[in-house]
Amino acid sequence: MTPLAGLERQPRGFGVALVVAALVPASLILIALLSDLFLYSRHLGSDPIKEGEHLLGNWTLRFLVLTLSITPLRRLTGWNWLAKHRRTLGLFAFGYACLHLLTWALLDMQIGISEFVGWDDIAEDILKRPYITIGMLAFLLMVPLALTSTKRMIARLGKRWRKLHRLIYVIAPLGVIHFWMSVKRDIAEPLVFALIFAVLLGWRVMDSRRAREAARARA
Amino acid sequence: MTMTRHDGRELPSSEITSESLWLNRRSFIAAAGVLGAGLVGARAVAANESRAALLGTLAGGPSSQGQDALGKPYGLQPNDRPTPWEDVTGYNNFYEFGTGKDDPKENSQEFVAKPWTVKVEGLVGKPGNYQLEDFLKPSKMEDRIYRMRCVEAWSMVIPWRGIPLADVIKRAQPTAGANFVEFTTLLDPKRMPGQRYPVLDWPYNEGLRLDEALHPLTLLVTGVYGKDLPNQNGAPLRLVVPWKYGFKGIKSIVRIRLTSTMPPTAWNEAIPNEYGFYANVNPAVDHPRWSQASERRIGEFRRRPTLPFNGYADEVASLYSGMDLRRNY
Repeated sequence: MTPLAGLERQPRGFGVALVVAALVPASLILIALLSDLFLYSRHLGSDPIKEGEHLLGNWTLRFLVLTLSITPLRRLTGWNWLAKHRRTLGLFAFGYACLHLLTWALLDMQIGISEFVGWDDIAEDILKRPYITIGMLAFLLMVPLALTSTKRMIARLGKRWRKLHRLIYVIAPLGVIHFWMSVKRDIAEPLVFALIFAVLLGWRVMDSRRAREAARARA
Repeated sequence: MTMTRHDGRELPSSEITSESLWLNRRSFIAAAGVLGAGLVGARAVAANESRAALLGTLAGGPSSQGQDALGKPYGLQPNDRPTPWEDVTGYNNFYEFGTGKDDPKENSQEFVAKPWTVKVEGLVGKPGNYQLEDFLKPSKMEDRIYRMRCVEAWSMVIPWRGIPLADVIKRAQPTAGANFVEFTTLLDPKRMPGQRYPVLDWPYNEGLRLDEALHPLTLLVTGVYGKDLPNQNGAPLRLVVPWKYGFKGIKSIVRIRLTSTMPPTAWNEAIPNEYGFYANVNPAVDHPRWSQASERRIGEFRRRPTLPFNGYADEVASLYSGMDLRRNY
C-alpha cells in the first residue's frame, strides 16, 4: 500500500466542500470591508478599501496557483478525479478577479460615485499606467475562459477548447507582473508568486518534452 | 469661540473635534449601527442619522473645548477633522521597521529613543552635538494641526507638537555658502530591523532648500496629540513639511547638515522618475503609476480633491515662482 492509498477515488462531498472553502475568503473579506465602511469597525485596518482590494487581488493569484497545480498534482499522485475540479478553481480565480476589479473601480477609484473621478480618468489609468494595463489585460484574457467553461462549450469547441484554455499560461504571469509593478519597493510577495508559477509552468515544459521523447522512442 | 486660521480666515472651534470626542463618536456610531436594523444598508442609514444628531449636539456645546490641547489649525478646511490617534499611530510608512503599513507600530515597540543626540554640522558658524533636551530647550513648543498627504494618495489631519526648524537653523548660524539642509535618520539595524534588508539605501536621508527649511510652516516634531512621538511615528525627532508629500518627513533624525549643493534623498535615489527632490503636493502632476488629482482621507469613504501644495499654496507657492513644477516634481 502506498502512503497515498485511500484517495484513488474522490472522497465523498469533496466537490461541495471545495466550493464552500473557496467562498470563505471572499465572504470574510467582503463582510469585513462592509463592516469597516458602514459600521466603523477596523477589521481591515485604517484603509479598508485598499486592504480589501489587495486581499482580493492576492486571492486571485492564489486560485490561479491552485488551478495550475491540479495537473502536476494528478500526475504525481494519480488522483485523476482532481481533473474535474480544475474548472471550478479557474472560475473562482475569475470570480476573485471580478471582485478585485469591482473594488478598484467602485470603491477605490469611485467611478460614478466621486465627482473627482470620471470615465476619462479610468481610461487614462488603464492606458497610461502599465501595471493597470497589464492587470486589465490579464482580466480580459480570463473572460473567454470563463465564458467557455460550461460542459456544452467544452463539447462544442472540442480540441480548440484545450488550446484556448492554454491562455492561463499567459494570464498567470501577467497577474504576477501586475502585482510586481504595483508594489513600491518590497517585492517579496510577488517574488514568491513568480517562483511558484515558474515551477508550475516549468514542470509543464519538462513534462511535454518527456512525452515527446517517449512518443519518438515508440515510433 | 473661534480660532484664527493661518491664512487669517476664522475657523469656528465647533469645526474641530478632539481625539477623544472623535473616538467616542466612532464607537457611538458603531454601537448605534449594531443596535439598528439587521441589514447593512439600514445600519449605514442609522449610523449617518446618529452622526448627524450627534454633530448637532456637539456644535457649540461645552465639549468643543477639548480642541485647545490639539493646537492651532493650519490650512484646514471646515470639513477637515483630526484623524483618530489609532490611525495616525497605527497606519504609516516607516521602512526602518518594515514595509507594511502596520509594521512600524508592530516592530518598533522595543525601540528606545533615549538618550538621543542630534548633530548639527556643515556650513554653519556654530556646529554642535546636542543631547535632544538641550537641542530643544531654547525653542517654544507649539501644537499645530496640519494636513498630511502621502504620495500614495491617502491623507490625514494630524495634531503635531514641535518647534520651527527655522529656530534651530538660525541658531546654528548658516554661512554664506549654505543653500540646502540635509537630514539623516539613525542607522542601527539592531534597533531598526527594517534596515537589515536593502529596501532603501540606508540610512534614510532627506533634504530641503534653505528657504524651505526656514519657512515658518516647517516643523521639527517631537509629539503628536500632545504626547511624545510614538516610536512608529519617528521618535524622538522628525521633520514635518505640510505642503510636501509625507516621505519628505524624515523620522528619527540624528544629523542636520547644511550644504552648498542639493543633498541626495532616499526615495529619489531609489526611484528617481517617481520621487523628486521637491515632492510638493501637486494635483496636476501625476505619479507615473497613479493620479495625484484626488486622495482618500483615512476614515472617510468619498475621495477628496487634492489641493495644490496640500492647501498651503497661499503660504508657500511664492517659494517656487518661475519654477517648472512639472520638471521639478
